Amino acid sequence: MSVDAATVRKIATLARIAIKDEEVPPLVGELNQILDWVEQLGEVDTDGVMPMTSVADITAPLRTDAITDGQKEAAVLDNAPDAREGHFTVPKVVE
Amino acid sequence: MAEAEAKLVEGATGSWEVIIGIECHAQVASNSKLFSGAATEFGADPNSQVSLVDAAMPGMLPVLNEYCVEQAVRTGLGLNSAINKQSVFARKNYFYPDLPQGYQISQFELPIVGEGEIVLDLAEGAQRTVGIERLHLEQDAGKSIHDQDPALSFVDLNRSGVALMEIVSKPDMRSAEEAQAFLKKLRTIVRYLGTCDGNMEQGSMRGDINVSVRRPGEELGTRAEIKNVNSFRFVGQAVEYEVGRQIDLIEDGGEVQQETRLFDPRSGETRSMRSKEEAHDYRYFPDPDLLPLVLTDEFIEGIRATLPVMPDQKKARFIEQFGLKPYDAGVLAGDKASSDFFEKVVEGRDPRLVANWVTGEFFGSLNKLGVEIEDAPISADNLGELIDMISDDTISGRNAKDVLDIMLETGDAPGKIVEEEGLKQVTDTGAIEAIVDEVIAQNPDKVAEVKEKPKLAGWFVGQVMKASQGKANPAAVNKILAEKLGL
Amino acid sequence: MSQLIDLDIAGARDALAKGECSSEELTNGYLEAIDAAKALNAFITVLPGKAIEMAKESDVRRKAGEVGALEGIPLAIKDLFCTEGVLTTAASHILDGFTPPYESTVTANLWGQGAVLLGKTNLDEFAMGSSNETSYYGPVRNPWSMEGAADGLVPGGSSGGSAAAVAANLCAGATGTDTGGSIRQPAALTGTVGMKPTYGRCSRWGTIAFASSLDQAGPMTRTVRDAAIMLGAMAGHDAKDSTSIDTPVPDYEAAIEGGVNGLTIGVPEEYRVDGMPKEIEDLWHQGIEWLKAQGAEVKTVSLERTKYALPTYYIVAPAEASSNLARYDGVRYGLRVPGDDITGMYENTRAEGFGAEVKRRILIGTYVLSAGYYDAYYLQAQKVRTLIAQDFAEAFVDVDLILTPTAPEPAFGIGSKTDDPLSMYLNDVFTVPASLAGLPGISVPAGMSASGLPLGLQLIGKAFDEETVLRGGYALEQAAGFSGKPSPWWRS
Repeated sequence: MSVDAATVRKIATLARIAIKDEEVPPLVGELNQILDWVEQLGEVDTDGVMPMTSVADITAPLRTDAITDGQKEAAVLDNAPDAREGHFTVPKVVE
Repeated sequence: MAEAEAKLVEGATGSWEVIIGIECHAQVASNSKLFSGAATEFGADPNSQVSLVDAAMPGMLPVLNEYCVEQAVRTGLGLNSAINKQSVFARKNYFYPDLPQGYQISQFELPIVGEGEIVLDLAEGAQRTVGIERLHLEQDAGKSIHDQDPALSFVDLNRSGVALMEIVSKPDMRSAEEAQAFLKKLRTIVRYLGTCDGNMEQGSMRGDINVSVRRPGEELGTRAEIKNVNSFRFVGQAVEYEVGRQIDLIEDGGEVQQETRLFDPRSGETRSMRSKEEAHDYRYFPDPDLLPLVLTDEFIEGIRATLPVMPDQKKARFIEQFGLKPYDAGVLAGDKASSDFFEKVVEGRDPRLVANWVTGEFFGSLNKLGVEIEDAPISADNLGELIDMISDDTISGRNAKDVLDIMLETGDAPGKIVEEEGLKQVTDTGAIEAIVDEVIAQNPDKVAEVKEKPKLAGWFVGQVMKASQGKANPAAVNKILAEKLGL
Repeated sequence: MSQLIDLDIAGARDALAKGECSSEELTNGYLEAIDAAKALNAFITVLPGKAIEMAKESDVRRKAGEVGALEGIPLAIKDLFCTEGVLTTAASHILDGFTPPYESTVTANLWGQGAVLLGKTNLDEFAMGSSNETSYYGPVRNPWSMEGAADGLVPGGSSGGSAAAVAANLCAGATGTDTGGSIRQPAALTGTVGMKPTYGRCSRWGTIAFASSLDQAGPMTRTVRDAAIMLGAMAGHDAKDSTSIDTPVPDYEAAIEGGVNGLTIGVPEEYRVDGMPKEIEDLWHQGIEWLKAQGAEVKTVSLERTKYALPTYYIVAPAEASSNLARYDGVRYGLRVPGDDITGMYENTRAEGFGAEVKRRILIGTYVLSAGYYDAYYLQAQKVRTLIAQDFAEAFVDVDLILTPTAPEPAFGIGSKTDDPLSMYLNDVFTVPASLAGLPGISVPAGMSASGLPLGLQLIGKAFDEETVLRGGYALEQAAGFSGKPSPWWRS
C-alpha cells in the first residue's frame, strides 16, 4: 500500500502537524519507503493468532475508589503557556 | 401489555416513520475518577479536581477504579444485559482542548456490558420494549468555556477523566415521546441502582439523539445526531424539530446529511455543528497502558446479589399486592426514595388511602416547597400516624391537610399538632346535634327552602362545619342534618 | 580528583564506605569532568548546585549510619525521566521550559537509595532514533573516535548521551530507556554495559512515553556488577503503573558470580543476517567459545520469525507513539506557536516543535491505525508479535540464555545515515526482537573492530530472569576482558 500527496496531507491533518508544500514530496517518498518495507508482514500466516495484548501476563489491576489526588492547581497550571484565572486558555473554539 | 403501535408523521407527500436511537452518557456515581484519584464532585473551583494524570502530563499513566467497574456491571444487570467477562479499554484519538491526552480512554470492540433491554412507560399505560446495544466505560472530557473572552476559550479539566457509562440503545424508538420515555426510564433505573444521580442540569446525564426518517417499509434513512441534550423537555423539542426539518428537506428534494447537530433551546431548532473533522477517524486501538479487564463469576454474582428490586417489578407488585391503580403505582415506583417511603408508610395501613395521600397531598406539598423526598421534613412514621388519625376519624380529611402543612413547617408529630391546635374531629353526635339545632333555629327560611331544593343541604353542612371550626365529622353531620331536615 | 572518577559504582561504593573520599569530592570530580567535556554534548542540563547539595546530604546521612544501595553515587539521568523541579525536555523543542512538578518512580527510587543527580543526558528526540542525531540539542559525539570521521562518531541511540557519559567517565553510571534497543545498542557502540530488564520490571510512571508496550528503563554502566547494583535500585512494582509487575526484586548483585557452568546458551541461526560484517560474526563465535570454556553448553536454536521483527516494531512503536505524543499540543506545557485558530495552533506548534524523525513516525503511526489500514498493518503486526514471543518461548524451553551480537556494525560517522531513515532502522535488527517479546537483554563490551571501535555481545533471557542474564553477562565480561577506554580528546 503506498501513499500519495493527498493521503500524506490527510494524515498530517489527523495528526495536527502542519506541513509545507515543499515538504510533501520528500515525505511521500520516505513514508512509502517505510511502508513498502513493512509490507512484508503480510506474508506471515496469522490465522488463529491472537494479537498481543500485553507482554506481561497479567490482567488489569484495580484501584480503590478513594479521593487521593487533585487540589494541586499550581502543579497542573504552572507549565501552561497561557493560563488565566485558574484556567488553561486556547484560541477561541467555535462550535 | 401490548407493544405500542408506531405512530407515523404526516408530511406533505405522505406518511413518514421516525427512527430514533439514543446514546446516553451517564456519569458514574463514584468518589474518584475512572483512572485517577481526583474527586468527581460537581461545582468545584476550576482545575482543583485535576491530577497530573487528568492533565495528561508527560509520563502519566491510568489506573482503573474498581468501584466504577462495579457500577457499570450493576447498571448492566439493571438493564437485563449480558456482562462481558473480558473487556478491553481502547483509545479514541482526536484533538480538542478539553481532551488533554489527545485521546479518550473508552471501550470499542469489547465493551464491559452487552445487549439488554428497557421497557418504556408511555401514555395511557402503553409500553414499548427498547433494546440496549451495549454499555461501556469511558472518560469524560473537561469543559471548555467559550464566552469569557472574545479571542480565547477557557478550559477547566475538573470533569476530565470522570467515569462515564455510555449506554447505547438500539434504534427502536419511534417518536419524541418514546425518546423522552427512554431517558426517563434509564434515569429511574440508574437512580434506583445508585450508579448515577441522573442530574441532567449538572450534566451528569446527557443524551445524543440519533434521528432519521423513512417511508414505512423502506430502508433506513440517513441519520443526524443531536448532541448533548440535557433535559427531557429539550429532547422532545429537539426531536420534533429535527423530524420536521428532515421531512421538509426530503420532500423538497434535498438529502439529509450525516452530521452532528446541536439543539438550541432558545430557538427550539437544531443546527449543524461546524465540524473540522469531516470524517471522524478515531483510530481506535487497545490502550497499551492498560491490560484487559477480566471479571469473575463471583464478582458479577456478588453485585447481582446487592441489586434492589427494580422499578418495573415494584410497580407490578404495588398493583398486585396493594391493588393500586397503574398510574399511582408507576408514580410511586418511579423513584426509589419515593417507593421506599411509601413502603414504610403502607405497612399495616390501607394502601389506597396511603397511596392517595402520598402521591396527592404529600408530593404536592413537597413540589410546592421545592423539596426532594430524600430531604422531606416529615418522617414516614409521622405521615403514617396522620393517616391513622384520618382512618379512625380522629380528625377530618380537611383538617388533616392543615395538619400536614404544619408538620411540613415544624417537623412535629401530628398527634402533638392536633392537640395543640385543638383540631380533634368532633364525632360526638350530641355535640353535633346541638350545632345543627342551632343552625336550623337561626335559619328558618332556609329550612323551608331545603324541602323543595334538597341540594341546599350542602349549605347547612357548610354552616355546621363553620360553626364547629371544621371539626365536625362530615359523615355524622350529613346524617344528622338529613334526619332533622326531614330529607 | 581525576582518579575518583575512574572508580566505577562498586569501587566508589567501597571508597565511600572506607572514608577514602566523600560524595562531595566524588561529585565535584564528575562536575569538573563534565564541564570539560562539552565537545561530547552528552548533557542537556547539568546541575552543579543540586548535585553538590545532594552529595552533601548524602555525606551527612552516611555519618548518621544511613547508607542506601547507591549512597553518594553520582549518576546521569537520561532526559526522558521527569525530574522534579528540573528542566525535562525529551530532547525536543516542544517541551521547551517544561519543569515537571513530579519525579519519575525510577529516579525517585535512585534518590531513595542515596544517589546524586549530576544532570540530564542528551538523547534522540522522544527516544526515537539509533544514533542520537535527532535531538533538538544537537548530536552527541561518541567518546570513541576514528581517524577520518571529521564530525565524530555517533554513540548510538536513543540513550546516546547516557552511553557517552558512562564511556567518558562523566558519571559513575547512568539511566537509559530501551524501546527497540535504545540502551543496548548505544552501550555496544561505546564499549559500555547496558541492560534492558523484562517489560514491567521497572515502573514507567513519570518516564516520558514513546511506545507504551515496549518502553523500559534500565542501567547503563561500566561493568555488569554496576548494572546489577543499579537495576536493584531502579526496579520494583509501582501501583501507579498498571503494566508494572508485582514480584519481588531479587538481589541482582549476589547473582552475578554464579557462573555459566551447566547453563545452556542458544545461538539463533536467523540472526546470521546477509551482509553481516565478518568481524561481528567472528566476535559472536568468540563469545560462544568463551562461554563454552566456562562450562556452558551451546546449541543452535531457531527463532523463525526473526526477520519480521523490525517491520513489526516499525508499525507497533510508531502507532503507539502517534497516540502518546498527541498530548504535546501547546495547551498545558511546553512550546506554543500561535495560529489563526485552535487547529492552526495545534498544527503550527507540532510542526515547529517536533523534529523530522518524530514527525515521520507520528505520520506512519497515524496511517497504520487509520480506517481501512488498521487490520492490515497494526492488527497484523500485533499478531506477528505474538508469534515472535512464541518463538522465544519455545526456544527457552531448551536454553537458559540466547547469545547474539548487539549491533550489526560499530559506531558510524555522524551524518552518514541521516538521509536514509530505513538504513538507520536496520541498526536495531538484533535488539528489537527481545523488545517485542518483552524479554530482558544485556549488552556487554566484547571486542574491538578493525577500526579500533568497541563491539558488544547481547545475552537475552527469560522473562524476569535478570539474574541469569547478569550471570551470563558477567561471565562474558570476565572472559572478554574488554578494558579499552577512549583517550579523552574532548577535554577542553
